[in-house]
Amino acid sequence: MGSRSSHAALIPDEDSLRRETGFSQASLLRLYHRFRALDTNKKGYLSRMDLQQIGALAVNPLGDRIIDSFFPDGSLQVDFPDFVRVLAHFRPADDEDAGLRDPREPEPLNSRMNKLRFAFQLYDLDRDGKISRHEMLQVLRLMVGVQVTEEQLESIAERTVQEADEDGDGAVSFLEFAKSLEKMDIEQKMSIRILK
Amino acid sequence: MSRRGARGPGWGLLLALLLALGVVPRARGVEEQGGTVQGFQVVTFKWHHVQDPYIIALWILVASVAKIGFHLSHKVTSVVPESALLIVLGLVLGGIVWAADHIASFTLTPTVFFFYLLPPIVLDAGYFMPNRLFFGNLGTILLYAVIGTVWNAATTGLSLYGVFLSGLMGDLNIGLLDFLLFGSLIAAVDPVAVLAVFEEVHVNEVLFIIVFGESLLNDAVTVVLYNVFESFVTLGGDNVTGVDCVKGIVSFFVVSLGGTLVGVIFAFLLSLVTRFTKHVRIIEPGFVFVISYLSYLTSEMLSLSAILAITFCGICCQKYVKANISEQSATTVRYTMKMLASGAETIIFMFLGISAVDPLIWKWNTAFVLLTLVFISVYRAIGVVLQTWVLNRYRMVQLEIIDQVVMSYGGLRGAVAYALVVLLDERKVKEKNLFVSTTIIVVFFTVIFQGLTIKPLVQWLKVKKSEHREPKLNEKLHGRAFDHILSAIEDISGQIGHNYLRDKWTNFDRKFLSKILMRRSAQKSRDRILNVFHELNLKDAISYVAEGERRGSLAFIRSPSTDNMVNVDFSTPRPSTVEASVSYLLRENVSAVCLDMQSLEQRRRSIRDTEDMVTHHTLQQYLYKPRQEYKHLYSRHELTPSEDEKQDKEIFHRTMRKRLESFKSAKLGINQNKKAAKLYKRERAQKRRNSSIPNGKLPMENPLHNFIIKEKDLELSDPEEAPDYEAEEMSGGIEFLANVTQDTATDSPSGDTGSDAPLTGRSSPPAAAEKPPAARAPSQPGPAACDPAPPTPVPAPPTPAPARQTTPRTLSRGRGLRRGRGWSAAGCRVRTRVRRRRAVCTAGARSSGPARAAAPRCSSSRLCRRRATRRRTRWSRRRRRCDGCPRALHVVPSTAWSRGPPVRGLE
Repeated sequence: MGSRSSHAALIPDEDSLRRETGFSQASLLRLYHRFRALDTNKKGYLSRMDLQQIGALAVNPLGDRIIDSFFPDGSLQVDFPDFVRVLAHFRPADDEDAGLRDPREPEPLNSRMNKLRFAFQLYDLDRDGKISRHEMLQVLRLMVGVQVTEEQLESIAERTVQEADEDGDGAVSFLEFAKSLEKMDIEQKMSIRILK
Repeated sequence: MSRRGARGPGWGLLLALLLALGVVPRARGVEEQGGTVQGFQVVTFKWHHVQDPYIIALWILVASVAKIGFHLSHKVTSVVPESALLIVLGLVLGGIVWAADHIASFTLTPTVFFFYLLPPIVLDAGYFMPNRLFFGNLGTILLYAVIGTVWNAATTGLSLYGVFLSGLMGDLNIGLLDFLLFGSLIAAVDPVAVLAVFEEVHVNEVLFIIVFGESLLNDAVTVVLYNVFESFVTLGGDNVTGVDCVKGIVSFFVVSLGGTLVGVIFAFLLSLVTRFTKHVRIIEPGFVFVISYLSYLTSEMLSLSAILAITFCGICCQKYVKANISEQSATTVRYTMKMLASGAETIIFMFLGISAVDPLIWKWNTAFVLLTLVFISVYRAIGVVLQTWVLNRYRMVQLEIIDQVVMSYGGLRGAVAYALVVLLDERKVKEKNLFVSTTIIVVFFTVIFQGLTIKPLVQWLKVKKSEHREPKLNEKLHGRAFDHILSAIEDISGQIGHNYLRDKWTNFDRKFLSKILMRRSAQKSRDRILNVFHELNLKDAISYVAEGERRGSLAFIRSPSTDNMVNVDFSTPRPSTVEASVSYLLRENVSAVCLDMQSLEQRRRSIRDTEDMVTHHTLQQYLYKPRQEYKHLYSRHELTPSEDEKQDKEIFHRTMRKRLESFKSAKLGINQNKKAAKLYKRERAQKRRNSSIPNGKLPMENPLHNFIIKEKDLELSDPEEAPDYEAEEMSGGIEFLANVTQDTATDSPSGDTGSDAPLTGRSSPPAAAEKPPAARAPSQPGPAACDPAPPTPVPAPPTPAPARQTTPRTLSRGRGLRRGRGWSAAGCRVRTRVRRRRAVCTAGARSSGPARAAAPRCSSSRLCRRRATRRRTRWSRRRRRCDGCPRALHVVPSTAWSRGPPVRGLE
């Protein structure tokens, strides 16, 4: 156990981080090791290139978008707490959270709304709180094979926006986004079970 | 149902015909031999001459034709596993044979099974084993394989003995040891049966690898237990001493580790041999089969676990063999292996059915048979639950209830048990026939009944209470997006974990094993992704050069006229792009719109309009699949579909192009990240000032970079055999881009000043001096440096004008130009290659300046090209170009990039 506590001491602000993200100590420690492993020259933070080195992300259509989501507001580095905060969105919701949570505290990062918000901001490139038809088209381009023509893509994007757009402004707001997915089991779909 | 019913007699007829062919000639052959000799006969009928191979060939044919038959109807094969169908077919065939001959002339003999049918199946399993997954779960697999099998054997044997003592089975001539012997042979989960069934049930990869791995590795346990108890039975119960038991345990380790060792040694041998088959390509695939088979026979000879030997031979050699042998040979190996394995499996199941039709082997004892069935199911379930309970305390990925149910239920027994039971010596094991018939029942029960029900069971367990409805467009799209997001996050959070041992092994492999076992040229292209990247990198860089050249000095060519094609030194064989793309457009449009009936049917209820349907269909068909969905782990009947690779390539291209593009746009001055870059710059500033590299060319003094540069020089002298930079560092290629990008961010705002100073401390090969002059141009920050690029989908090429002035200036600097700010080490490396290729490809055009010759085509054709790009895989297109004339490459990205989203800033 001695080794564990010494490791734990390495993580800055471990307790507050655990409270905020809800990760277990073991998970946090594992993520910390992962963070260190990704950090190629022990800078203490991750740069974009550190994440781009993960080979599997290069074949993920949304890989670069995900990477971008680690670097909000034009920053070029992500430190461990921020790294963990992003990942905390994907922690499976546990039952005790719902009952025991203090209502005054902010919603946990892994709540349904926060999960959705995370996804939403991957679409919403210009951060205006709306997914425009153009933004939808860009995501579609990433996610659809080369066989589909531009015209088809445009039509799909158009229809998708139309379907979700309720106030008729030609864009999907976050509420509309959440509404269009209300039947989907987001809690389950956007959770990774190892991130306890 | 009616269709199946109708097919039955049809098959029977066909088979009767085939069999008649076999029977009638035999009679005639006899007749003719008995006839009088009439001198020289022009044609003789010599059935006996060919009888055996003929019959074998016929059986194989029958089995194969049967498979065709099964797959005529999707409905049948989607419900009933093929193995079950084959067994039933075998029963029918056996019945016919028996009706004709009244002796069971064809049975599955242990010799045939163990020597000819089993090895291809197991080799196939090993050779296509998803190694990473396998070794990642090795602990779990071993526990199930060893402890689980021992547990099954012991409990089943002992329980049966207990019931026997209670007298429920009536009067049988069996002792405790016989029961344990039976328990040990019936305990092992069979690799053939498990794979046959699990392949059709889609379970998650971890579960699959655990059950699959267990079925392969428990062979050692089975063999040892079987041998031990058989010898104990021979000795007689009273003569077994404690020493024998200890010997038994020791022999387990010897058999399993020995078998593994034999496999590893032969894998080493095989890899080494394939390293030197460059000039005998045609027999290359043969080595793979012969040497692996030898590993099987060798360990059989040494009475070690042969299955382990050939499994590990396949597992260990796959990496090196795949790298060493030529692409064609690899394809041959893949297909041959699949063919052999699939064929062997077919024959095994069919003959299991046929063998059962033999009244001589049947001895029925209801209590024994039923209790065996109950015990093996119950104890397997108990064993799985207990072991999982222990394992889950240590496993990162927990095995959940549903996994445990599937694992318990997926414990199929198969031909191995049958072959082992047939091997028993009747003189020693008095109730051999009872064992045989019970084994047959168990095999049939597990394969047919459990095989039939496991799929519905899995579906039933997975069923959520959600109502069944058409997903909306949004749900479909976002749902898929979530899948991708999830897998990306998994990769980032490192689900697989950062394994210390694996790192060590990778290191060892890279430093020693690969050097010994791989061709030098193969060491380069080990990794598929890196391979793709490598090509892409090269081509993009070439195009980058070309683009720059064009902007710098060939701006006039951008006037939209096809006449400019003349300027381009493309040799004639290349078809006109315009025409090609139009025809592509027409042709592929059809397929893109075509609808499959199923989706039509699905949507009939709620058709709003056709367009909607098309939209849904298009999405359904062309949305990239998330990892879990498309990654086939292992399939005996299918080669990994190239679809996935295509998808990977497409996405990879896109990603890399985007990254390169953002790098480029930054380089060209369209840097959007100014604020961020400044921040970064400030940080770096101090370091840079003190640095010996004044322009901060390589801000990270990473040994890798130095290495790269050295390697590049090497490459110049020996293009074929030089070890590749990327091979040395798994993610080296990607790192290059990343580095460059970062580099850019650092440098761009600092303007042009830094670029003048050459890098110090690095060698500059002579070739550097004769670099094409204009190649420097793209690195010029244009006046647009301060304009953030508008988020248009098609990034407009930056103004070409200023680049021109600087060209001569760069020309005058030898090293500075080569190491100029705009070029990373990798960039330089690529350029040397470009040069080399040019020298080969267009020696004539060189005098007039290669840069000038590489003209773009008209902008009107660009539109067409853009469309065409979307249709063809860019990959093949690029490759073709590359093969033809590398200078043509620069036109590709300008079209292809337009697909990508606009470069965007971080704000």
